[in-house]
Amino acid sequence: MRDSRISRRDVLIGSSALAAGTAFSTKVMSAAPPASAITPQLIEAAKKEGKVVWYTSVDLPLAEKIAKSFEAKFPGVTARVERTGAERVFQRIGQEYGSNIHAVDVANSSDAAHFIVWKKQGLLEAYVPEDVAKFYPTEHKDPDGMFASFRVWVCIIAYNTNLVKSEEAPKSFADLLDPKWKGKIVKAHPGYSGTIMTATYQMQRDLGWGFFEKLAAQNIMQVQSSADPPKRLALGERAVMADGNEYNIFQISEKGGPVAPVYATEGSPLIVGPTGMFKAAPNPNAAKLFTAYSFTPECQQLIIDVGGLRSMHPDTKEKPGRTPFKQIKVMKDDPAAVEKMSDEIKQHYVKIFHV
Amino acid sequence: MAAHSGCGGIALPRPEGNYGEMTIALPARTERRGFGIDVSKPVLYGFAVILCLLIVLPLSWLLLYSVTDAKGAFTLNNFYRLFTESSFYDPLVTTFILATSSAFICCAVAAPMGWLVARTDLPFSAIIRALVTASFVTPPFLGAIAWELLAAPNSGLLNKIARDWFGMAPDQHLFNIYTLPGIIFVISCYTFPYVFVLVANSLDRTPGELEDASSILGGGRWYTARRVTIPLVLPALLAGALVAFLQAMTLFGSPAILALPAGFHTMTTKIWSLFQFPPKPELAAAASLPLLVLTVILLRAEHMILGRRGYSVVGGKYGAPRLIPLHRWRWPAFALCLFVLLNPVFLPYAALFNAAFSPVASTFLTVHNFTLHNVNFVLFELSAASLALKNTVILGTATATIGTAIALVIAYVTARQAVTGWRALGFLATAPIAVPGIVLGVGLFLSYTRPPFVLYGTLWILLIAFVTIALPSAYQQLQAAFRTIHPELEDASRILGATRLRSLWQITAPLLRTGVIATWCFIFVGVMRELSAAIILFTSETKVVSVLIYDLNESGDLGAISVIGLGMLLITFAVVIAVNRIPGFGNVRFRT
Repeated sequence: MRDSRISRRDVLIGSSALAAGTAFSTKVMSAAPPASAITPQLIEAAKKEGKVVWYTSVDLPLAEKIAKSFEAKFPGVTARVERTGAERVFQRIGQEYGSNIHAVDVANSSDAAHFIVWKKQGLLEAYVPEDVAKFYPTEHKDPDGMFASFRVWVCIIAYNTNLVKSEEAPKSFADLLDPKWKGKIVKAHPGYSGTIMTATYQMQRDLGWGFFEKLAAQNIMQVQSSADPPKRLALGERAVMADGNEYNIFQISEKGGPVAPVYATEGSPLIVGPTGMFKAAPNPNAAKLFTAYSFTPECQQLIIDVGGLRSMHPDTKEKPGRTPFKQIKVMKDDPAAVEKMSDEIKQHYVKIFHV
Repeated sequence: MAAHSGCGGIALPRPEGNYGEMTIALPARTERRGFGIDVSKPVLYGFAVILCLLIVLPLSWLLLYSVTDAKGAFTLNNFYRLFTESSFYDPLVTTFILATSSAFICCAVAAPMGWLVARTDLPFSAIIRALVTASFVTPPFLGAIAWELLAAPNSGLLNKIARDWFGMAPDQHLFNIYTLPGIIFVISCYTFPYVFVLVANSLDRTPGELEDASSILGGGRWYTARRVTIPLVLPALLAGALVAFLQAMTLFGSPAILALPAGFHTMTTKIWSLFQFPPKPELAAAASLPLLVLTVILLRAEHMILGRRGYSVVGGKYGAPRLIPLHRWRWPAFALCLFVLLNPVFLPYAALFNAAFSPVASTFLTVHNFTLHNVNFVLFELSAASLALKNTVILGTATATIGTAIALVIAYVTARQAVTGWRALGFLATAPIAVPGIVLGVGLFLSYTRPPFVLYGTLWILLIAFVTIALPSAYQQLQAAFRTIHPELEDASRILGATRLRSLWQITAPLLRTGVIATWCFIFVGVMRELSAAIILFTSETKVVSVLIYDLNESGDLGAISVIGLGMLLITFAVVIAVNRIPGFGNVRFRT
């Protein structure tokens, strides 16, 4: 699959980048730095810094497990997780950078639009881990090497299997508008969750705001994080969730919790969560090490097996029993459009749902 | 909280102005000849400057923002929107209903309880007081989360029990906490201690002689209560109602946890939502002004109702209050108190305990499903926990120490009218009560993120916020303590040649000891409870436990919250007990 046209500049970039050459065009390759492997020197430098601070919107227990697996692999470097909703992560970093506070080393957001903004603002460091360069498909990495898709999943409907029989469960978003679900639906908030922001964009594009207006008339329970609706289902607080993380549903159901996923016939919103490191990272070497580790088959297999997420790394295996990613009908993601529309989406949403 | 001494002594209603004149009329110049330079004035003016910096600076920024548009030009459009858009005035109405109902419920429950504990032979009254303290040290947001576990319509433990007992259908429920009455109930649970403490302490301090005098002169028990006891307690009850109203009005955590899922806003959550991305601080500033105005009106109203009445009840010595025998009503009264305390203490902590150790928060804990999974997660996996805990303890200790010191000086100045402009000082110290924590947070954010004071991202900005928030109640507590100590004791010392500071140190300080310790603990507990300003001002390096819990709630990690919440209670009690045991302070009981 190597590109046949090799420019002079590519030669200058060096052999590692060439080895990494997958389906890139030369133009794209010229912007990204060469791929970096995890070298003993990098590990040593990271150990000197001793810690890495990771801002993420991954569901907290999973985020901590990823951090712990990093610490186990590289003893001497502690990973601190700063977990909140992606929209809050974005606000937090904006607020901190506005006051010249550089606390974040590596960020992972469930709203891919945030990386477009950070890149525009010049906050991101171009750093391409070897795995990203070698294995990640073009559409899942930034041409300038500033971020790549750490995790992919879908935002889905789900139900509590104790409260709803599978044949009576909703099959589509349209089914959620049935009066029998009145007062029985829980949903998360696009002002907090990047997953829901991305999903709301795709749903209003494909289904129209009218769908949300009718959904609001169902007296939904409004929670914040897209990780919360699955947990409310597990508690038995509501029978159906209108949106939320597929990966939490996997985690709960595989531990025997009474929840089951539904892939809506209209298509499920596709969510991509990139990871990238910051130029002004206080622990630059640890940041590189953590970023590189994030994309290794080891970490990627962990987020699949323990987390229930999907990976774009070809060396990973899907867990049996879950619907294979390729079989799921997804809505098309469009981070650039989300970036343009995010304020409008939040305002419109508040108008419909009042909070 | 009152200083106890022998028996005898008098208590007289006394116009406030009187003793002030006496203090001022003292020959101040003679002091310099006696014991060197009296440094009290510079110290006092220094504190005035600190207060101005603490309060005037953030409030000025807020006022400025409320009349500017996003570009910085002058406008009144923010206020126009506030009163014409239903998304603004609906929360305003909701908040008013919420605060009024809470204040009413708190008084109706706490006043009789305070009387039972302080003035009757209620059995185990010390235990009742301790339990009220327990409900006071429970952060309201933690209580709200616990009540979610108890009374969520479908998964709530109480509703599950109700379905079992009464054979209700699976989708029927007895309680729904996600409603306005539900929120009023939860807020009242954690606000009534304020009223209880004010009433009980006031009754503790009121000597029995006045009532004795009334009955000797032929007044029946009811007549005595109406003409003597109730008028003496009225200032405390009114102050309690006011505090309850303001607490309910400015609380952020409980409505954020309970109102948002139900799909409506209160003023505080609305203001908070205006700071979400993209932030609209000018609208939020405008939205906070009605709360400020309302508070000022209420404070004025309280002042007018109480008029010029003030009571000095600790002169030299006084008698312990006489206990009224309840006879056969003793145990029913005790049961009633326990029933009331079921709601803020027993049930919520049982729910938290259940959630901490059961696999799913809505499952009843049994011997078979007991798990340490959540404890394990909090202790060994939650990487933000240790830092948050460290920050909270540092901030709690520092805020309590600094806040008590500042409040003590201001309370002295206003109680003794020691410097010109003491009224302004008193007003400044009370003013933060009118500013919801979240609004103060933004005011501070605006003040301290730009040169010359760049404090955002440090613990300092949180310290300033917490001290400012703690100041009104600390000031009022200490001022009340000062008021009960008649200035004649200080006057005697000064007539004998001591400087003001020396009389303070040797006469007033020992009498105030219990009040100071109680205030210190009060502030420390307040820091543990504080969420609304912290949620604006924290950064990843300066996170506190309350913010951590709020974060966990937003992602639905109820088991972890329960473990942290129980741990927080243990730490709070440990600190409060430790402070009460500090040598030199004496062994003093902590009453909130």
